[in-house]
Amino acid sequence: METLKFRHTAERRLSGTKSQAIIGVVASGNLEVLLERVLPETMCEVEIATPLTGYGETWKAVVAEFVERSSPGGLRISINDGGARPDTVYLRLMQGSALMEAE
Amino acid sequence: MTDWQSEQRARDERLAAGRKFVTGKMVSPNDTTALLEAVVRPKDRICLEGDNQKQADFLAACLAKADPKVLHDLHVVQSGIVLPEHIDLFEKGIAKKLDFSFSGPQSHAIPRVLKSGKVELGAIHTYIELFARYFVDLTPHVALTVARSADRAGNLYMGPNTEDSPAVIEATAFKGGVVVAQVNEVVETLPRVDIPGDRVDFVVVAPKAFYVEPLFTRDPASITEIQILAAMMAIKGIYAEYGIKRLNHGIGFNTAAIELLLPTYAEKLGLKGKIATHWALNPHPTLIPAIESGWVKQIHSFGSEVGMDDYMRARSDIYFTGRDGSMSSSRLYCQLAGHYATDLFIGSTLQIDLNGNSSTVTADRIAGFGGAPNMGADAHGRRHPSEPWLKAGREAVDGHPDLMRGRKLVVQIVESFSEKMVPAFVEKLDSLDLAETFKLDLAPIMIYGDDVTHIVSEEGIANLLLCRTAEEREQAIRGIAGFTEVGRRRDRNMVEKLRERKIIRRPEDLGINPLDAHRSLLAARSIEDLMRWSGNLYDPPNKFRNW
Amino acid sequence: MEDAATSGQASWFQATARQRVMGLLDPNSFTEFLGPSERVRSPHLHLFDLPSAFDDGVVIGRGTLDGKPVLVAAQEGQFMGGTFAEVSGAKLVGLVRAARDHSNLPRIVLLLMDSGGVRLQEANAGELAVAELMRAIAQARSAGVAVIALVGGRAGAFGGAGLTTATCSRIAVSEQGRIAVSGPEVIETNKGVEEFDAEDKALVWSTDGGKNRRLIGGADIFAEDSMDGFRTAAKALMTKVPAFDLKTMQAEQERLAMRQKQFGACDDAVSMWRILGIKEPEAIRDMDSKEFAALANGIKEANHDAR
Repeated sequence: METLKFRHTAERRLSGTKSQAIIGVVASGNLEVLLERVLPETMCEVEIATPLTGYGETWKAVVAEFVERSSPGGLRISINDGGARPDTVYLRLMQGSALMEAE
Repeated sequence: MTDWQSEQRARDERLAAGRKFVTGKMVSPNDTTALLEAVVRPKDRICLEGDNQKQADFLAACLAKADPKVLHDLHVVQSGIVLPEHIDLFEKGIAKKLDFSFSGPQSHAIPRVLKSGKVELGAIHTYIELFARYFVDLTPHVALTVARSADRAGNLYMGPNTEDSPAVIEATAFKGGVVVAQVNEVVETLPRVDIPGDRVDFVVVAPKAFYVEPLFTRDPASITEIQILAAMMAIKGIYAEYGIKRLNHGIGFNTAAIELLLPTYAEKLGLKGKIATHWALNPHPTLIPAIESGWVKQIHSFGSEVGMDDYMRARSDIYFTGRDGSMSSSRLYCQLAGHYATDLFIGSTLQIDLNGNSSTVTADRIAGFGGAPNMGADAHGRRHPSEPWLKAGREAVDGHPDLMRGRKLVVQIVESFSEKMVPAFVEKLDSLDLAETFKLDLAPIMIYGDDVTHIVSEEGIANLLLCRTAEEREQAIRGIAGFTEVGRRRDRNMVEKLRERKIIRRPEDLGINPLDAHRSLLAARSIEDLMRWSGNLYDPPNKFRNW
Repeated sequence: MEDAATSGQASWFQATARQRVMGLLDPNSFTEFLGPSERVRSPHLHLFDLPSAFDDGVVIGRGTLDGKPVLVAAQEGQFMGGTFAEVSGAKLVGLVRAARDHSNLPRIVLLLMDSGGVRLQEANAGELAVAELMRAIAQARSAGVAVIALVGGRAGAFGGAGLTTATCSRIAVSEQGRIAVSGPEVIETNKGVEEFDAEDKALVWSTDGGKNRRLIGGADIFAEDSMDGFRTAAKALMTKVPAFDLKTMQAEQERLAMRQKQFGACDDAVSMWRILGIKEPEAIRDMDSKEFAALANGIKEANHDAR
């Protein structure tokens, strides 16, 4: 298992009032993403536990793209990865932040 | 004195040699290997059908039992290397030379036997190419075919699985060849005659009905949200944009998703009657909801599909149907239809490079070409215009030149990564390495980049028609290559500029929210749903039934 | 898009455990116990280089269904096959014991079963959990709690999950659901493919699947494969459950002995259905849910209180 951690500064706080959300399932080709609104407004942390080693650069790129797209300020995001493809990871992150933005 | 009738005489000799095994034209199953040893000669060109779906499996087993001292150095000229017995012929030294088109189930065995030196490869062809060569320089001496039934005169009925046979048999029968058929049964009167008896020399009733692989069935339950997203973009960004009425779908989950979105997503866009009306397509069960919802005018098919017989019989307005009520397919005619009479081909692939060349070849797998290169190619010989063809042609040039050509839309739809985290977008195709290893004259390319007009990935659509330089083309492809290494190496500024010029369009540019791509959009979400849509006329094969 | 997955017509079979809980219960009524943010995970999986889940594949909590308070547990069949393990098992056992011990908690427990049995990597803990759960269900039933199994997920209810299901007061099953103890592959490996071909899906479903279970008395109601389908089924079953007493147990023993006598010589499900007096047993397989449910409601062996 490999653990990765990324810290980003976000432009602004993610809108919405939901304090936490979870999306996805830990299964082959899938992942589970837990989002918790517990950090200061312009901070975002993404922590990943994955059984596939050596994909650090790819995770970095996916997370960076997600942060730029969604500005998830204030969110601590924790991922249990079942070996998902990067586009699936990106999709789940976007789905997760959409859930958090719900009133 | 020159002998100008030697072929007829040689044929008469072979038939005479086979006569001791027959009553009329009928051969007993136990005598079949002996018959083949009598009528086939060493070095013969032999077509052992070997179609995409139906297999002359009993004749294959009998031929594989032949004595290599009697039958050797045969030259196999058939479209499909499908059964283990097809490979056995080479392992045993019965066959030596090979010209073929498609090897799906044996795609791992082919490199192995090539390496072992037991196969002398002529070439890998497309279907139409191989059929075409039957009439020029690869005419079979013997054709081993397969049909549902025969009558005593040797007339054959093939039903929906007519496939390659008429082309194979015509070439063989009219050039001094011998035709042997395996059938499920002999009857008094056939439902219809697919092959006239005077082209057929021997008939054997096989102990078991011939095997047909269900190749065109895709379980809607396996379609992912990302495939649905790409399908939505294809429908809105290409089908609607160009007004695609006449089309061909390659088989795959991406195209299955498109078929299942027609009655729902495309209906909401007001596209019924405006797109997807006339098809060159195998009987995909996933098109059933669209057919039932009134989207489809007609379909011509390359082959058939297991479980679809009764449905097609009940929908004879849609499918090409004999007077007997059962469907009739033709690989040759449908390939021509797909090549010349459609305005769009869309299919999936394993690898795409920065020029848009695509290939399904990997280091340990040679699957051949099948029909995709001819479906996915601009038809330069085409002359009749249509709106989509002219529109695409205009996009490919600047200004209004005096001499213009239209362009067929050739669309590659891929997910940037395959299931096993293997990137679809690569700098260099594996095919090039394979060509080196096996000393091939040509690296096997399924679809050449200069025929490709659009590439669709989950990240967006790249319109290659609008690209004017190699660099624009490269960045357009990188711009939709997602998080692959190829995609991460994009020139961000250039990609933004291409997006402004609509060479790259993202889902949002098409008014699509990726989060709306949901399985609930599929008109059918399971094989059972498809069955219900068909009024229970579709009879799914056992391996797809989970109820 | 989560709304689409939990709407009334959304498929139960294709849903996740969380989506089923949301789709089953009244809107906004669910409170989770030991939710993912508490990170009560498997202490063992990392030793095998396997990813763990924040909830170890079981969602537990309370809510209401049609206004009635219920406790609910849902197994996630897609995570490690929904298997019983140290944490996932403990959550189920803890929930049922809580219902047993605290009469101020809801008196109805809904078990959304979706499990292939015990997690091999945590085998001992898993086996113990199954035993503890069956005992807890018996005790809870004794204390007047209704424990209702809903079976319709992708992993089915096999092994310990099959046993657990059979211990419940009432059982709802859909066409896609399967209930058994030994899995098809296990039977094939041990007895050969002629005895049972695990690849033959039609055979597997006709034997272990919802329709057969409903007809021979192994399930009390047949649910459509949708959120609404299981809501309707759960509502119907919640109202009245068999008394957990000696009389019921004796009736069950009799019922099972009768079942063995009736069907013992049968080779396949179709022969069993013929014995039940069904005129066209071959038509059962492709019969739609409504028609089938109505037919099953008329079969004597299928409708009983002997559970």
